[in-house]
Amino acid sequence: MTTLTTPLGDEVLALKAGDRVTLSGMIYTARDEAHLRMQEAGIPFDPKGAAVYHCGPVVKEGKIIAAGPTTSARMNELSGFLLDAGVRALIGKGGMGDTVREELRGRGVYLAFTGGCAALAASRMTLKGVFFEDLGMPEAVWAIECRELPLTVAIDAEGNDLFRDVRLRAQRAFDEMF
Amino acid sequence: MPELQEQERIRAAVAQATADALREAEIHLPPDVKAALKSAYAAEESPVARSELEAIFENIETAERRNVPICQDTGVPVVYITIPPAVPYTDAITEGVRDGVRQATKEVPLRPNVVSPCTRENSGDNCGAGMPAVHISPGDTFTLTVLPKGAGSENVSALRMFLPSETGKIAQFITECMLRAGGKPCPPVILGIGIGSTADGAAALAKEALLEPLGEMTAFEQEIYNAVNALGIGPMGLGGKTTCLGVRIRKGGCHTASLPVALNVQCWAARRATVEVQYP
Repeated sequence: MTTLTTPLGDEVLALKAGDRVTLSGMIYTARDEAHLRMQEAGIPFDPKGAAVYHCGPVVKEGKIIAAGPTTSARMNELSGFLLDAGVRALIGKGGMGDTVREELRGRGVYLAFTGGCAALAASRMTLKGVFFEDLGMPEAVWAIECRELPLTVAIDAEGNDLFRDVRLRAQRAFDEMF
Repeated sequence: MPELQEQERIRAAVAQATADALREAEIHLPPDVKAALKSAYAAEESPVARSELEAIFENIETAERRNVPICQDTGVPVVYITIPPAVPYTDAITEGVRDGVRQATKEVPLRPNVVSPCTRENSGDNCGAGMPAVHISPGDTFTLTVLPKGAGSENVSALRMFLPSETGKIAQFITECMLRAGGKPCPPVILGIGIGSTADGAAALAKEALLEPLGEMTAFEQEIYNAVNALGIGPMGLGGKTTCLGVRIRKGGCHTASLPVALNVQCWAARRATVEVQYP
């Protein structure tokens, strides 16, 4: 089990698809609306070595109550500018498209967090701040300090993609069945 | 005005039942779903699939220990009510549901998920035009069931109008939907399938099928279950033996020239709870 701490550097380039890692340090949530706003208004946090978490948490009285991942594929066309700005890791569920796999090559990784595991995530998170709060609770950018978040490397910096491998195998199985 | 007082009492009783059912559903997974996840774990061999399921088990325990929702997508509430003949069927029932949803949104808390469909303006209280959806049917007891439905799984649901001669293509259709869905709906999933009725009726049957606990399947349910699991999509789409925990089918009579088939996909966090409404 590899231990990662933000800000991330070249150590992410050595990770292999299928590795289990834990992540500690600051991460920033962003969903569809936040990506659109960041493209227009700029990235409100330091993107160098940052980790962006596809998540719309439940927040109550300054505390993170529940914070599992949302479907990353919705951000397929919205992630390139983050990686160009130095973001090293995207975190979410369900995998990302071929464009993102190429954009990550030699620069960063996509880390899968188990979908629905919102209570587990929240138990290892402390809320530190918020940007774009006017976008509403699910869509705002929440700055979160996390402790040992358990993740799977799903797309590595060499272009290996667990989700893609599974998709191709599933297509073959389907073609054999029908 | 005794009649008005009666309406207020029904409204308050339904509101309390709604809030109680939502709290229960959001925090505690039903026993049949937990048992199905344990069986899936016993069958898995891949280390990645096993670690995904281990995270799910840790999450279920953490939600119960900390008294917080299982998933941050607390969904949109879908409510099923049965009313006995003695209870008057009035607006007080649907108003009570809305009160209960507002209460649960603040107290559980629930994420405010309901927005206007085109302006995307958030109501802030999980209510909106026609939301929450309330389905009322006659029954022996006054009960209320909630099925909070998250978007990841709901978004890969499907409807197809087949030709009446195409019953043999239903299993392929469902399997193809799950092939396209991959890891997006948070597998292992439960599949609710509605066959027959009308286009809208089939979609309602598919969701109602998810109200049934997991257990023994019919031969046709088993056939679809086997085909979907043979895809190898696995927990969270990272590969493995269990893509689907169970299949439930509900059927309805339909037009001689029609064969509607609807699929409602439910993620592993298959939240549902039933409570008795304390009225009179």
